[in-house]
Amino acid sequence: MFKKILVANRGEIALRVIRACRELDIKSVAVYSEADEKSLHLKLADERICIGPAMSAASYLNIENIINAAEKVGAAAVHPGYGYLAEKKEFAEACEDRGIVFIGPTPENLKLAGDKISAKRIMAEAGVAVIESSPDGITNLDKALGICKKIGYPVMIKASGGGGGRGIRICTDEEMLREDFAIAKAEAGAAFGNEELYIEKSIENPRHIEFQILADRSGNIAHLGERECTIQRRYQKLIEESPSPGLTAALRESMGETAIRAAAAVKYFNAGTVEFLLDSDDNFYFMEINARIQVEHPVTELTTGIDLVKEQIRLSAGGMLDYSYDDLNRRGWAIECRINAEDPERNFLPSPGTVETYAPPGGFGVRLDTHLYQGYELPIYYDSLIAKLISFDLTRQGAISIMKRALSEFVISPLKTTIPLYRRIMDDPSFRKGDFDTGFIHKFVAEEDEFD
Amino acid sequence: MAPKRIEVRAPMSGVFFRKPSPDTAAYVEIGDMVKKKQVLGLLETMKVYQKIKCPANGEIVAILPENESPLKDDDLIFVIEAS
Repeated sequence: MFKKILVANRGEIALRVIRACRELDIKSVAVYSEADEKSLHLKLADERICIGPAMSAASYLNIENIINAAEKVGAAAVHPGYGYLAEKKEFAEACEDRGIVFIGPTPENLKLAGDKISAKRIMAEAGVAVIESSPDGITNLDKALGICKKIGYPVMIKASGGGGGRGIRICTDEEMLREDFAIAKAEAGAAFGNEELYIEKSIENPRHIEFQILADRSGNIAHLGERECTIQRRYQKLIEESPSPGLTAALRESMGETAIRAAAAVKYFNAGTVEFLLDSDDNFYFMEINARIQVEHPVTELTTGIDLVKEQIRLSAGGMLDYSYDDLNRRGWAIECRINAEDPERNFLPSPGTVETYAPPGGFGVRLDTHLYQGYELPIYYDSLIAKLISFDLTRQGAISIMKRALSEFVISPLKTTIPLYRRIMDDPSFRKGDFDTGFIHKFVAEEDEFD
Repeated sequence: MAPKRIEVRAPMSGVFFRKPSPDTAAYVEIGDMVKKKQVLGLLETMKVYQKIKCPANGEIVAILPENESPLKDDDLIFVIEAS
């Protein structure tokens, strides 16, 4: 096992990894930017090392600085968390080259996960259903029109180099495609440095279901059940739960088996997530593989009892995977609310500032992953995710009741947060029935352009 | 009559950007004539960008912060002489 791990991230996920290290008797090293000198992860780690100025590009995204830091402190391995360098093939390769273990998938896995067109081609060859789409990247309108005629409207235009839901447009007919294609191309070029687009058939009002997978170096793969991630705003997940109220046991088995097949097709290693879209007729389609630990991993942990971060570390140290889904003592229901420092009343405008009053919830069935503390000043430079509140109970209704109660206890002021929105959602009749699709959030917030 | 001086201030704390990407030209320079609603710069707060828009027609007479500098809520960014 590793003696020392450098945690190449900040915020709640840095704490999550540091806590796992502490329980495994592994020394942890926190990295931080000049804007994060007062962050909680520095207090909990065994050692800390500054990796550069406030702007992420110069610190948390600076491969050279992070690897130099790992060498300096003598860390045998690096855990990248999520975001930042977690899915950068170049980072995983640089770690390998310098003799440091990258706790995560192989560089080849990361390369493929980042190349959606190739990933879909491999999945189709492996017999995994994919959404009908352009065979490769497109930059030419006439070609786009031809493809859309074949697959049928509505279609989705996505940036080949995009991610995180950015740069996606839905066109309902040819006229709209003619209008939007050039704009989408320019946006893709500006945002991702790559003008190439790809087009796929748009599934109307789907559910977003993903399967957690784990794989060892010998090719043993297990799935750990699904996560329901349908409640999103602008393709950003807000509420996740496990299991999904939308799956039958038979559908779960079929999707889980497909997720394993998808992971096997790319020789996947370590923890990952296979994302599917599920239509109203229970047809499911592969979307992508997320080659990292995900924000919403706690709902899987609570319902399976498996600590996914510890498993990532164990597998990277050469551990074997000797269990399958059927061996798990799976039980109960877990729900996660992602609490952001954003004002849901003002179009989710960010809400930076100092936390003057902080009163976290507690009690039976409550897990809180957060880097907040009273007096903490949120840096303006980083993501607005400030806490993940997770509830667990034997039934879905029980988990909703606990979440509702925990949200009512949670005070973070004077910042604006998404807590009031979640309190309303917990009372919503269709949420309580488990009856929703990806358009659900529009019951609560208008669809409008950002801050114009 | 002296031209009317209009101040453009930060709507919240954030990092100020004078240009849309590192390789492009700045949105505006001192001496530029600008129109109401024209984009003058960007403010990035917790990874969300908002456009700083021009409140009136006029001329840019001062740009106070450097590109990529952190601003506090209500910091002065531009001074415009209305036309």
